[in-house]
Amino acid sequence: MILPIDLILLFFLVIIAIAAVTVKDILAAVILTGAYSFVMANVWLQMGSSDVAFTEAAIGAGVSTALMVAAISRTTRWEK
Amino acid sequence: MTGGGAIPEKRMAGRDVIIETISRLILPFILLFGFYVMIGTEGTGGGFQGGTILAAGFILYITVFGAKRGREMIPESVNTFFESFGLYLYNGSGLLCIIFSMGAVQFLNYPGIWPVTDLVGVAGSRAWIIAFMVEVGIGLTVMAAFISQYFDLAWKDEEEEMVVRKE
Repeated sequence: MILPIDLILLFFLVIIAIAAVTVKDILAAVILTGAYSFVMANVWLQMGSSDVAFTEAAIGAGVSTALMVAAISRTTRWEK
Repeated sequence: MTGGGAIPEKRMAGRDVIIETISRLILPFILLFGFYVMIGTEGTGGGFQGGTILAAGFILYITVFGAKRGREMIPESVNTFFESFGLYLYNGSGLLCIIFSMGAVQFLNYPGIWPVTDLVGVAGSRAWIIAFMVEVGIGLTVMAAFISQYFDLAWKDEEEEMVVRKE
């Protein structure tokens, strides 16, 4: 575990999380959630648990984002 | 879904060659990695992750080539078959333990399957049965469940596009 990389990744996590809950575009929020999962996978990876990392990358950044985008196509894109 | 009639025409007519070729090239490797995660290692773990990676590969195919061609590749019947076959495989491996040992061991107590235990030993039988029956069962069920979820969300979209184009 390398401390500077860890701090940079956690800083990005906080920024992405705040952006994901404040943005008005739901599609952008979903993409930001996928980016959150990707950074989180990097955090798991540099903690040394590679299986959790690729599970997070496959489910959080891959399938979950695809399902959310497909769900947005059934509703409106902009938050009222 | 803004734009009315122009977007479906464009989407149907001009498919992106680069995206199609790249996804067609990368799909076998995604599926191979999914199977590796599922049965590549001896011991528990990996069924859900491997199934999710397989589902992600098929979802990539459905997204790139459209829900109609995806349905031709993975019909509803095949999807339902995989969904229940995985469950049968998982439950059957547990039930075989009781059947082979005449009720001496409990459900999912893998060394109870004595033909495999005689062949490769207690630890070997546990590893083999978990790898090839339990993990594959979990993985197939998870894969089919994710694919059917994605179809439920993506398929109606295509039907509505057809309605829009007729109007």
